[in-house]
Amino acid sequence: MTMSDKTRTLKSVTEKNLGILGHNVLNTINGLGKFTNYLTSVCYWAFKPPYRWHLFTQQMYFIANKSLFIICLVSVFSGAVFAYQTYLGFQGLGFDSFIGPVVAISLAKELAPVLSGLVIAGRCGAAMAANIGTMKVTEQVDALEVMGINSHQYLAVPRIAAAIISMPILSSIFLLVGNVGSWLIGVKVLRIDEMTYLQKIPEFMGMDDIFEGLIKATVFGFLIAVIGTFHGFEVKGGAEGVGRGTNLAVVWGMVIVLIVDFFLTSFLAVIL
Amino acid sequence: MSHDEFAMEFIDMTKTFGEHTVLNHLNFKIHRGKITTILGFSGAGKSTLLKHILGLLFPTHGKAIVLGEDLSHLRELELREFRKKFGMLFQYAALFDSMTTFENIAFPLREFTKMSEAEIKQKVEDLMESVGLAEHATYRLPSELSGGMRKRVGLARALALEPEIMLYDEPTTGLDPITTKMVNDLIKSTSERNKAKKMTSVIISHDIDATLKISDYVAFLEKGQVVEHLPTEEFRKSQNPIIRRFLEL
Ligand SMILES: Nc1ncnc2c1ncn2[C@@H]1O[C@H](COP(=O)(O)OP(=O)(O)O)[C@@H](O)[C@H]1O
Ligand SMILES: [Mg+2]
Repeated sequence: MTMSDKTRTLKSVTEKNLGILGHNVLNTINGLGKFTNYLTSVCYWAFKPPYRWHLFTQQMYFIANKSLFIICLVSVFSGAVFAYQTYLGFQGLGFDSFIGPVVAISLAKELAPVLSGLVIAGRCGAAMAANIGTMKVTEQVDALEVMGINSHQYLAVPRIAAAIISMPILSSIFLLVGNVGSWLIGVKVLRIDEMTYLQKIPEFMGMDDIFEGLIKATVFGFLIAVIGTFHGFEVKGGAEGVGRGTNLAVVWGMVIVLIVDFFLTSFLAVIL
Repeated sequence: MSHDEFAMEFIDMTKTFGEHTVLNHLNFKIHRGKITTILGFSGAGKSTLLKHILGLLFPTHGKAIVLGEDLSHLRELELREFRKKFGMLFQYAALFDSMTTFENIAFPLREFTKMSEAEIKQKVEDLMESVGLAEHATYRLPSELSGGMRKRVGLARALALEPEIMLYDEPTTGLDPITTKMVNDLIKSTSERNKAKKMTSVIISHDIDATLKISDYVAFLEKGQVVEHLPTEEFRKSQNPIIRRFLEL
């Protein structure tokens, strides 16, 4: 291979890779553009009549009511294991009685909204993408549009509204049940004095901790539902496309919850 | 243009997607109160044309005038209102899969009319009868219905608001011969029943036999243009080589 051949090969490989990179960048920008358009459309249609309360109630039932069991299950074990780890960490330092507030505050500010968010992204974000995606590939979305019904208004708005309302409720339940798990470990298993355990919680935890968690949960609910429904509408090409859309909805839902959590924490630390 | 004689008119209409020209200076009128079939090979632009009729797409150049309205002049909400004049039967019926037959047919009535539940019930029963749906299908989900029955439900739903224009997208593609005949008879009888109201039917298809049996007019779409548009009897005898090729397929 001569020198110029090598250069040429190198050049063509570079060009090819740059091409792929450029393609990816364009795709990402294109995707962000689509998402922004979608977000605008959803916000616009959310405030236009008719308000379809029956669809909202249906979605509330699906998101809040049907997720209750799994939220309780996750929260009781999270609270319990967190209490135990805290105990192990503090062991010998004589801080055992602080388990109550440490767990309660962590649950209120982080664990309840984030873990509820992850559970709901997996359960409901996925279901939203699968439902809408299936309707897309079987032309049910077109059928709505042909009848003169805006599919974003009919399909996305009730789901997003229900997620916004459900998430703080679920997160509060997570907080409550998580503390029960912690109490079981702390008081019943590790034999911390019950009076001390209970007294310390309100001493250290304030309303602002609970409030922070509620704000986060609300924001996560909104994001999970917007991402879930968006990936539903983006589905193309049959059952395989529905699978891909569902997968994207879960992955992005979870990633966004964790990323936004970081920024929200920093932001709320300043304003609360 | 009098929209008494023609339900829709496309004037020098061009549609391009990026670089790709799908409809190319198309000129074409569809007769009111008749059944017109638009034939063409796959990829000829039939579905694209259908979307222009509904105002789901707009011409890059030229005009689409439907029932006397230039669709590109309508605003979003007017357009949605306008679409209530249409009924559409989708290829796979596109029934809402979480709703029963009754709920599917009642859907447009509930969304767009102030009818009482009793009136809706009566109307749904009438519609079911007119498309030949037996009573036992009333509370079934689409997944529990046969392909032919689903088409009937889809047709009943499309007819619920008494449309001025019925659109059929590939109504018989992929159906067995018996169901095909049933769907064709249904299209014909629906058109007959609404003759007094001058309901226009537009069918998109590549099913040549059915077309020749039930249509009043046939148009042939090729390379984004209507290359032939004739009453069915004359179309059958057309000497246009592209059409002969299609007919003899
Ligand atoms: N939204 C779109 N964007 C880009 N190209 C499209 C779009 N819709 C249709 N086309 C192209 O237009 C051509 C005609 O499509 P279509 O109207 O579906 O044909 P037909 O229904 O006659 O089979 C095809 O080549 C298709 O790829
Ligand atoms: Mg088509």
